[in-house]
Amino acid sequence: MALNADSQSLSKSKARGQLGRLLTRPFAAIGGAAISWVDNLGAASIFLLSAFLKILRPKQAPKIVQQIYYIGARSTLIVMLVGLFTGMVMGLQSYSALVKIGAEGVLGTLVALTLVRELGPVLTAIMIAARAGSAITAEIGIQRISEQIDALDTMRIDPLRYLISPRITASIISFPLLTALFDLIGITGGYISGVLLLGANAGTYLHRVQASMEMKDVTGGFIKAIVFAVIVSTVCCYQGYFAHMRTDSHGAKAVGLSTTSGVVLSCVLICVADYVVTSLLI
Amino acid sequence: MDTPLIEFKDVTKRFGPQTVLERVNLQIYEGQVTTIIGLSGSGKSVLLKHIIGLLKPDEGTILFRGKPLTTMNKNEKAAFLAQISYMFQDNALFDSMTVYENIALPLRETTNLKKAEIDRRVTARIEQSELSDAANKYPSELSGGMQKRAALARAMVTDPQIVLFDEPTSGQDPVRKNAILGMIAQYQRKFGFTAIMVSHEIPDVYFISNRILALYDRVIVFQGTPEELENFNHPFKDEVIHSLEGLQEELTGLYSKRQFKVLYHAQLKQKTLGETYSVVVFTLESLDAIITSLGYEAALEAIHSMGVYIDKHFGAIGGFSTRRRTNEFVTVLPYSNLTEAESMLKDFVDDFQEHGIRGILAGARKQAASELCAEFTILAGIAQSQPIVEIDSVIDSAKHQQKEIARLRCDVRR
Repeated sequence: MALNADSQSLSKSKARGQLGRLLTRPFAAIGGAAISWVDNLGAASIFLLSAFLKILRPKQAPKIVQQIYYIGARSTLIVMLVGLFTGMVMGLQSYSALVKIGAEGVLGTLVALTLVRELGPVLTAIMIAARAGSAITAEIGIQRISEQIDALDTMRIDPLRYLISPRITASIISFPLLTALFDLIGITGGYISGVLLLGANAGTYLHRVQASMEMKDVTGGFIKAIVFAVIVSTVCCYQGYFAHMRTDSHGAKAVGLSTTSGVVLSCVLICVADYVVTSLLI
Repeated sequence: MDTPLIEFKDVTKRFGPQTVLERVNLQIYEGQVTTIIGLSGSGKSVLLKHIIGLLKPDEGTILFRGKPLTTMNKNEKAAFLAQISYMFQDNALFDSMTVYENIALPLRETTNLKKAEIDRRVTARIEQSELSDAANKYPSELSGGMQKRAALARAMVTDPQIVLFDEPTSGQDPVRKNAILGMIAQYQRKFGFTAIMVSHEIPDVYFISNRILALYDRVIVFQGTPEELENFNHPFKDEVIHSLEGLQEELTGLYSKRQFKVLYHAQLKQKTLGETYSVVVFTLESLDAIITSLGYEAALEAIHSMGVYIDKHFGAIGGFSTRRRTNEFVTVLPYSNLTEAESMLKDFVDDFQEHGIRGILAGARKQAASELCAEFTILAGIAQSQPIVEIDSVIDSAKHQQKEIARLRCDVRR
C-alpha cells in the first residue's frame, strides 16, 4: 500500500516537472536567442575594434585602394542607375501630389531633402550590401573553409589586418562618396521627370534645391553613410570569417547561408540604424 | 639525448564530447625528419596544428627547446612561429592569386625585402619546383601535383627552420608521390631544416624519415626509427601499417607482407609431407650509401628494380615475393628445390647486373646527385624446407645462409 502511494507521488512529481518544462520552454527559447544575439553582438564589436586598430599598420594602403576599387568604383554604375530612377519616381509622384494643392514649387525641396537626408544613404548602403557585401562574405567564407585564412595565420600574416581592415576602411571611404553620387544623380532624376517631362519650372526647382539644403542635411547624410559602411562591412566580413562556426550547416552550404545572412542582416540593421541616427540628428 | 626541439607533455585535445588526443607525449629533434603515421581521422593533423598554434591544447604542455609555449612572451612566441612553415593537406593556395603571387605572399607581407630581392627568391623557388611555365597561372588552372609543388615552394620560400607537412602526397599518383617525397628529402638535406610530416605513404616515408611517431587510439604508441618500428609488437602494426600497405606495394609491385602470408598458407597447405620448397632472402646492402651518393630517386629506383627483377625471374615459375624490410626481400619458390633455386638466382644476378642498374643510374641523373658513383652489394641466402616448418624460421635460416651474390658499381659519368 505504502509502495503504491510512493509510486503515485513519484508520477505526480514527474508530471509536474513535465508541465513546468512545457510552460517555460517558450521563455527558454526567447532567452537562448537573446543570449546568442548579445553574444554575437559582443563578438562582432570586438571583431570590428580589432580590425579597426590595424588600419594604420604598414603595407595597408595598396590593399585599401584595391578594396575601394572592388567595393566603391565597381558599384558606381548600379548606384547611379538606382539613384536616377529613384529621383525620377520621386519627381513624378511628388509633382502629381503637389500640383493638386498648388505647391509644385516646392518639388525641388522635397526631392533634395528626401534624397540627401534619407533615401540617398539608405538606398546606397542597401545596394552596396547587395552587390559588394555578398561578395565580401562569400569570398572570406570560401577562404575560411578552404583553410586559406589558417594559411595566413601560419605565415604570420594577421588575417584581420590582411583581409578585414582594408575592407572596412574601403567601405568607410566609398559609402559617403557613393551616397553623394546617388544624391546628385537622384536630384538630376527629379529634374528630368519633374521639369523636363511634367513641365515644372526649372529655375524654381534648382533654386529650391539650393535654398532648402543646409550643411547639416549634407553632414547628416554623410554620418549615416559612414555608420552604414561600418555596419555593412562588419556584418559581411564577420559572417564570412566565422562561416565555419555555423551550427546549422557546413562547407559550401555554410558559405551560402552566411552570404544570405550577411545581406539580410545588413539591410535590417541599416533600417534600424537609420532610425537611431535620425533621432539623434534631429 | 639532446633537448628535444619540440616536446608534447600530456597534451589532451577535445572537440565537444570527442577526445581526439589524450595525454599525448612526444619528442621531435632538431635537423631530423619526423613522420607521424596513423589512420585517417586519428588526429594527426590536429597534432600538427597544435605545433603551429592553430589549435590550443585543453590540457598538457607543448615545449619549444624545453620552454613551454604558454610561458613565452609575445616576442618569443613570434620568434618561434617565425621559424615554422606549414604545408596544408589541401594546399590552401589563394585561388585569386597566381602561383607567383602565392609564393611571394609571405615575403611581401612579413619581411621588408626589396621587390627585386623578393622576385629573385620567388623565381628561384619556382625554378626549383619546375613551375616556371605555371608562374602566372591561377591554382585552379594547375594539376594536383603542380598545386602541391606550388604549396611546397610557398612553405619553403621563407627559408624556415621547421617545416610541417600535412599529408604532402595525398591524392597523388605513385610517380608524383615519390617525386614529392624526393623533393622534401632533397630540400631537407640541402637546407637542414627540421621536417615534421604526416603521411600514409608506408613504407616510402621510411626512406626519408629519421624518426617515426605512431598515433593510435588517441595516444602516441611508438616513437623510434623505421627499423625499430619493424620490430614493434603492437596492434597498431596489424591495424594500421598492414592496412596502409595494401595488397601490393606501389614501389616494388610485390605482395604486401600480409598478402604474402596468406599466399604462403594457401600454397603450402596443398603440399603433402615430404614435398620441399625453397625460400630466398635478398638484401640490398648500402642503401644509405646510395641515398647519400646518388640521391633518393636512385635509392627508390634500386628498390623498385629489385622488386621488378625478382618478380620477373621468380614470379614466372609460381614464386611469390614481398619486401620484408626497407632493403630486404623474401621470395618463396613453392615448386623448386635448392639446386633449382640456385640456378635461377644466377640468372637473376646476371640480368640485374646487365639491365637493372640502368634505372638506378637514371634516378641518380634525374636528381643531379652531388657524387657520381656508388658501390653496393646484393646478398642472397637460400633455405629449403617442408610445409610443417614455420615460415619465419625458414626465412631466418635463409638469412643465415646469405652471401654476396653481386657487387654493383654504378658510375653516372659513363
